[in-house]
Amino acid sequence: MRQEIIELLLLGIGETLYMTLVSTAAAYVLGVPLGVLVYITDSDRICENRVLNLITGVIINLVRSVPFLILLVALLPFTRWVAGTTIGSTATIVPLVVAAAPFVARLVESSLKEVDAGVIEAAKAMGSSPAQIIYKVLLPEAKPSLFVGSTIALATILGYSAMAGFVGGGGLGAVAINYGYYRYQTNVMLVTVILLVIIVQLFQEVGIRFVNKIDKRTKQ
Amino acid sequence: MIKFEHVSKEFISSKTRFLAVENVSFEVQKGDIYGIIGFSGAGKSTLVRCINLLEVPTIGNVYFDGVNLTKAGPRELRKYRQKMGMIFQQFNLLAQRTVLENICYPLEVAGVKKREAKERAEELLKLVGLEDKANAYPAQLSGGQKQRVAIARALATNPEVLLCDEATSALDPITTKSILELLKEINQKLGVTIVIITHEMGVVKQICNRVAVMSGGVIEEEGTVKDVFLNPKSETARKLILPAREKLLETGERRVLRIVFDGQSSFEPIIAQLVLETNTLVNILGADTENIGGRAYGQMLIEHQSDRAVMKKMKDFLRRKGIYFEEGGSQE
Repeated sequence: MRQEIIELLLLGIGETLYMTLVSTAAAYVLGVPLGVLVYITDSDRICENRVLNLITGVIINLVRSVPFLILLVALLPFTRWVAGTTIGSTATIVPLVVAAAPFVARLVESSLKEVDAGVIEAAKAMGSSPAQIIYKVLLPEAKPSLFVGSTIALATILGYSAMAGFVGGGGLGAVAINYGYYRYQTNVMLVTVILLVIIVQLFQEVGIRFVNKIDKRTKQ
Repeated sequence: MIKFEHVSKEFISSKTRFLAVENVSFEVQKGDIYGIIGFSGAGKSTLVRCINLLEVPTIGNVYFDGVNLTKAGPRELRKYRQKMGMIFQQFNLLAQRTVLENICYPLEVAGVKKREAKERAEELLKLVGLEDKANAYPAQLSGGQKQRVAIARALATNPEVLLCDEATSALDPITTKSILELLKEINQKLGVTIVIITHEMGVVKQICNRVAVMSGGVIEEEGTVKDVFLNPKSETARKLILPAREKLLETGERRVLRIVFDGQSSFEPIIAQLVLETNTLVNILGADTENIGGRAYGQMLIEHQSDRAVMKKMKDFLRRKGIYFEEGGSQE
């Protein structure tokens, strides 16, 4: 393979990692509070509130039901307003975060649902406030599950980031589209796909190992 | 200490209404070990949750130290909850915290400084006999050890009351006994009032001084354990005390006596004396007695085929010995 293609691929890897990691982090900044909110306002939870639960639920489902490629295009004006441009890796982060945050919120919600209701009841019986239950019980107890969720989020966001190549985003996706698809360079396409698989595998493997290390439920 | 005034709790969902607790009034005095016994679905767990308002009564008043908790605001209620420890059938420990950190939890909630909390937690671990498990995680402990940690955690804030919701139901008989002994020790040494929910008469017999018998959301009878055990008035109490009693009463020609041992010397061969004195053979149908410190506790069902005169002799003998008994079987 020629030198320039290799450089292109290396750059693609860097951009992909940059987009994925930064977007995931930002998606969690928005998604965790959203997920906690939709969880605690649900019926029979610590801050039951039907109206708030309905509103957050609808927002999450609304964004999640729009296909990412369409969201990407629809958000172009917003992206330009936030990032100043619509082209390149940094600009891609904007739609990635918008698309991933509701997804993360659902992941967080399902992790919190795994926390034993009895433990929450015990915390209440000890006089904990709702905030104390969230910070001292719900989030720490759900931690392993939250990290499992984050590996799923990383893989999904990586997949989304590859699609951004169609509208001028960077990364391995753009390499695959521009060289593998438009120029019929099948070998480049193949290499990018393999690289993407390896990255997802790495995220998954490292994530699971980390979770096993921090989860105290299985320690003997 | 704790007083219920006409408390009812109804669960209302879109389709069904269910009255779990109905017009319950009772009082727990300071220093009591108060048992609430009943079969599954009797409303015991709901009732105990009404004490610390984990379940808010639909109507009625709950008083704690003279304060009406049903009128307290959320902040005030949290303060009162810190004065009431609670333990559960499933222990409900924080799985991601060590034993020591679990015991520190209620202290963190109450705003106690970290170092003080740690000292207090270590003290409590000693009380429950688990000093060596401070840095273990709940998953590494046995059921009995988990319940000990839960007890230590419930006592961390020096509560006046300890609520136990089927605290021994997930434990084997030997562990149950040791946990009950620990609870009794806590009651005697620390003066903590204890409320125990259970479906096992044995638990009530072993440590409670008062008991309320619950069925269908209603308290059917209430009194000292001795009175209820010796002379159960409600059907539920009878069934709980002697599960097989109903069947025995139906056995046509037989005469059955229920003899209750209530702290008589276990060295005295009562049944053998009874046989010798009345010259009648008796058949022991069932017995559930325990020897606690040389005293006999429990009951025995004996069957005999004798006439009235002999029967009278038997009763006189038992009365003389100060042993409570109850007649069953077919009577002329």
